[in-house]
Amino acid sequence: MSTFLQSLLIAVRALRVNKMRALLTMLGIIIGIAAVIAMVAIGAGASKMISDQISSIGSNLLLVIPGSTTSGGMRSGGGSSQTLTYDDAKAIKDECPSVANVAPTVRGSGPVVYGNQNWSTVINGVTPEMLAVRDWPLDSGRNISQSDVDGATKNCLIGQTVADNLFGSTDPVGRIIRVKKIPFTVIGLLARKGQSPQGQDQDDVIYVPLSTAQRKLLGSQHPNTVGAIMIQAQSADVLQKAQEEVTALLNQRHRIGPSREVDYTVRNLSELLAVSEQSSQVMSLLLGSVASISLVVGGIGIMNIMLVSVTERTREIGIRIAIGAKRRDILLQFLTEAVLLTTCGGIVGMLLGVAGARLVAALVGWPTLVSLNTIVIAFAFSAGVGVFFGFYPARKAASLNPIEALRYE
Amino acid sequence: MSEVVRLKDVAKVYTMGGERVEALSGVSFSVSSGEFVSIMGASGSGKSTCMNILGCLDVPSRGAYLLDGVNVGELSQNELAEIRNRKLGFVFQGFNLLARTTARENVELPLVYGQVPAAQRRERAMAALERVGLAGRESHYSNQLSGGQQQRVAIARALVNEPSIILADEPTGNLDSKTTVEIMTIFQQLNSQGITVIMVTHELDVAAFTGRHIIFRDGLVVSDTPHAAQSAATIGEVPGL
Repeated sequence: MSTFLQSLLIAVRALRVNKMRALLTMLGIIIGIAAVIAMVAIGAGASKMISDQISSIGSNLLLVIPGSTTSGGMRSGGGSSQTLTYDDAKAIKDECPSVANVAPTVRGSGPVVYGNQNWSTVINGVTPEMLAVRDWPLDSGRNISQSDVDGATKNCLIGQTVADNLFGSTDPVGRIIRVKKIPFTVIGLLARKGQSPQGQDQDDVIYVPLSTAQRKLLGSQHPNTVGAIMIQAQSADVLQKAQEEVTALLNQRHRIGPSREVDYTVRNLSELLAVSEQSSQVMSLLLGSVASISLVVGGIGIMNIMLVSVTERTREIGIRIAIGAKRRDILLQFLTEAVLLTTCGGIVGMLLGVAGARLVAALVGWPTLVSLNTIVIAFAFSAGVGVFFGFYPARKAASLNPIEALRYE
Repeated sequence: MSEVVRLKDVAKVYTMGGERVEALSGVSFSVSSGEFVSIMGASGSGKSTCMNILGCLDVPSRGAYLLDGVNVGELSQNELAEIRNRKLGFVFQGFNLLARTTARENVELPLVYGQVPAAQRRERAMAALERVGLAGRESHYSNQLSGGQQQRVAIARALVNEPSIILADEPTGNLDSKTTVEIMTIFQQLNSQGITVIMVTHELDVAAFTGRHIIFRDGLVVSDTPHAAQSAATIGEVPGL
């Protein structure tokens, strides 16, 4: 230990002699480590942003949409037929054990008016479970109740964007708005949800009872059909099982067989999450590896300067060997010097990297995540760079012939 | 008196640029404890090679070198380093102090490699500096000292580990005549305290301070004679100084 302390002291002194050179050499490592930390932080932040957006849809979700329709030989896109019913939704809720919540929905759009303000928005017919499925709290007021659905009442929930446009700063709860010219009472204000992964404004929406939407607002030819059924599984573990149960039940209810094509699609929204997480991981990896290259370049700079330093101090090395330094002592001395350079650079780089990540967060509004892991790894890496790139010069120093070294001018 | 150094038919052969150079071709002599020996010879006579071997910086190609009865040729690199550290003290022509380092730290250096604790190192370094008359200069940096003072620091460094022999390679080569006398006086004092000193020089005036002259020519010892050492007190009578 005292040997190590001694080499540390010698190294500190040697670096102090050439402060400017030490600083410039460190700069490579500083930039490398700062870049790695900032890039990984930004990458992790972006990845968290994406996964937050995806989980804003709700967690452990399956989405059932109707299949395609064929009219006059033209096949429309998926979801265009009207094969799913409210009864399907109820059956799924009752008969699939892995399913926690089921939220059938119909969707349309239209103008909403309050006083002299009007706004065109998305109108969704929903059941009370919708908010649970979408994991969406209310800012104020109450949720749509089962009796609202049963009685097809003219009550509605509005999103923040709609509230902003119609009411400004006025509290909307209890006010009457006109949806497609029909008066509705605002019974609740949804909390702000932000953008969906596809970039849509999820707050630009009003929720009305499913039955009200079916009968009074969207005027479907098939009164009991729904546009989609959102299903929340009991947990992420049984999501796959829930998907199988739902598929089996719907196959049975729709009498799907050899003579009848499947008329619905079950989508697992978690797959979307996995895919986008993967892509953001690839981005992090890419950013990290670009930054690592600069770290390697910095390491080469260290090696270069250490070689110069060994040549410059050939005589000193000769003296030390003559006086009784072992090869190991000389090796340790120069290795310590290199590692000291890189770890000092690593610490400064770390501070700069964290500061840089904060700056990006403040300027661009991206979330950045500096994890303890990154810091520990970056620090270990900078020390590793010192050992790796310092070893060759140190070995060169340790293997000098003392007679020639003492004669060196 | 006990024998400290024994060279038995020592030869050293180098290959330089494919050419075989015999720097030493069979040298034998021994040095007893407490002697003050000067090795002389023209450049290329093999005296420096002999010094490197005596200093355990080099090993003989042939023959044997016994230091305190130990055959140095059979030791490993690390054991040689240990011998240099504990049994030998070096004084060089160019002083060879570490730059930007204080006198005391320079003197402590051998103790650092000898794993001596810091407090003890300091104490012993101060004592060694006092022996060479540099008490009070311990915190001067090497570039703040005159040539004579630097050489005295180097002698203190050679002394600090209580070595069996001090090896000095042209220790006065870079000094003026007045300082030369000072340094040689110090060597004489140390020798009178019982320390064995072997010195390489090509100046007869300097050799005059020693008690035995070994003269090299073409890799061989051509003369080995005892000598009535010139005392510093009679310095005025030394020709050329």
